[in-house]
Amino acid sequence: MSQTRKQLLVDPLVDNNPITLQVLGICSALAVTSSLNVAFVMSLAVIAVTGFSSLFISFLRNYIPNSIRIIVQMVIIASLVILVDQIIKAFAYEISKTLSVFVGLIITNCIVMGRAEAFAMKNKPFDSFVDGVGNGLGYSLLLMCVGVVRELFGSGTLFGITILDPVNNGGWYVPNGLLLLPPSAFFIIGFLIWGVRTWKKSQVEAREFKIQSLEAH
Amino acid sequence: MSDSNNFFKKFKQMPVDSITKTVIVATTLCFVCSMVVSFAAVNLKSIQEVNKAIDKQKNILQVAGVYYEGIDVQKTFSSFQPAVVDLNTGKFTDKFDPLSFDDKKAAQDPLLSTPLKDDPASIGRRTNFATIYLLKNTDGSLDKVILPIHGYGLWSTLYGFIALEKNCNDIFGLQFYQHAETPGLGAEVDNPKWKAQWNGKKLTNANGDLMIQVAKTKKDENHHIDALAGATLTSNGVDNLVKFWMGETGFKKFLNNLKNGAA
Repeated sequence: MSQTRKQLLVDPLVDNNPITLQVLGICSALAVTSSLNVAFVMSLAVIAVTGFSSLFISFLRNYIPNSIRIIVQMVIIASLVILVDQIIKAFAYEISKTLSVFVGLIITNCIVMGRAEAFAMKNKPFDSFVDGVGNGLGYSLLLMCVGVVRELFGSGTLFGITILDPVNNGGWYVPNGLLLLPPSAFFIIGFLIWGVRTWKKSQVEAREFKIQSLEAH
Repeated sequence: MSDSNNFFKKFKQMPVDSITKTVIVATTLCFVCSMVVSFAAVNLKSIQEVNKAIDKQKNILQVAGVYYEGIDVQKTFSSFQPAVVDLNTGKFTDKFDPLSFDDKKAAQDPLLSTPLKDDPASIGRRTNFATIYLLKNTDGSLDKVILPIHGYGLWSTLYGFIALEKNCNDIFGLQFYQHAETPGLGAEVDNPKWKAQWNGKKLTNANGDLMIQVAKTKKDENHHIDALAGATLTSNGVDNLVKFWMGETGFKKFLNNLKNGAA
């Protein structure tokens, strides 16, 4: 793999993470991170959809009329999402029961559209595929980080395996119910963005304005 | 062949934004995508339906307490005898084939269901016919009866089964196979420890009044299920739906008939 392709794959993990830097795809990150199993399958689904939608859109990029390009992208993305949903229903039925609604919502995940519009429409198919997979991985990485915190402290388990024995089952750990509710993902994502931007100062956005009183003193 | 080649060349040379090209691209794309989607849907349908059926059977086995990891679900399920019950008369009916009758569809069909005025379980319409499952002993006598129940919790309709002992009053177990309650709070209806409470509880008191309840405060050992902590609305939902389905508009007539051998 050439240097640039490697960059395409690795960059979105931390340096250009779709959630922490581009702040895309937050909505689904709130919904599917309360248990790791679900977050993991969702990650695979999103990687598949971002990768292949970028690939196909890039193949067609010279034929897609400008006036209907968004619709064409949506049709391709939607078809892939339905395909993924059908496959999950056929081969991972247990998980599909909790995930089905959210898989449908991949269509509206801003990351997929964002990569199609910003990258795949202007670049070669294989590069676009790598870029799509990279962004899917970046999304997944964050999803898993949030999922670990929420499942471990919210239900005392990881991937359904008990780590901290909760009181409900006669153990000692009192689970934090807030972490199982969607707002907690906001806090965790917020802390993660703070952490990443403290580590990588270059990601801090320039101030749009300065408060006057600060300058006067 | 040369014709189609010419056409393709012409197509390629067309400006990308011309109306003809826009229409051709849109039509072709829609056609190809719909082919892909329907191909997948049709080909995977049989696997999906088997999954769904097995999942339902597995839940029936679980609520009847005969399920363990690695069991052959379909084979074990064959010892259960499905039957369709007319809820208005409380008797078995042979109008429908119990293997193919779909309760959920019937609940949507005005001819097969009744709109509810008093609707504690928030289900809108109640099906007139329900598929139930009888588990019989080897000598043919009734061991357990498994009834389908559903009702609204906090976010979703909970679908499940309740298993009763042969006296039609003692509860053996209760289990939901489909719901979307909050994980960790309402979804604790799936917690084995909570479900175990149902075992041995009685639906009615000696006078035949429906006494079973899911509540925070205990009134009576025989009829009380502890509500779930942090999930008041889900608990109320379960309380309402169990009362509804075990009540007059639910399976009460049928259970009385079954007990007296008149079903």
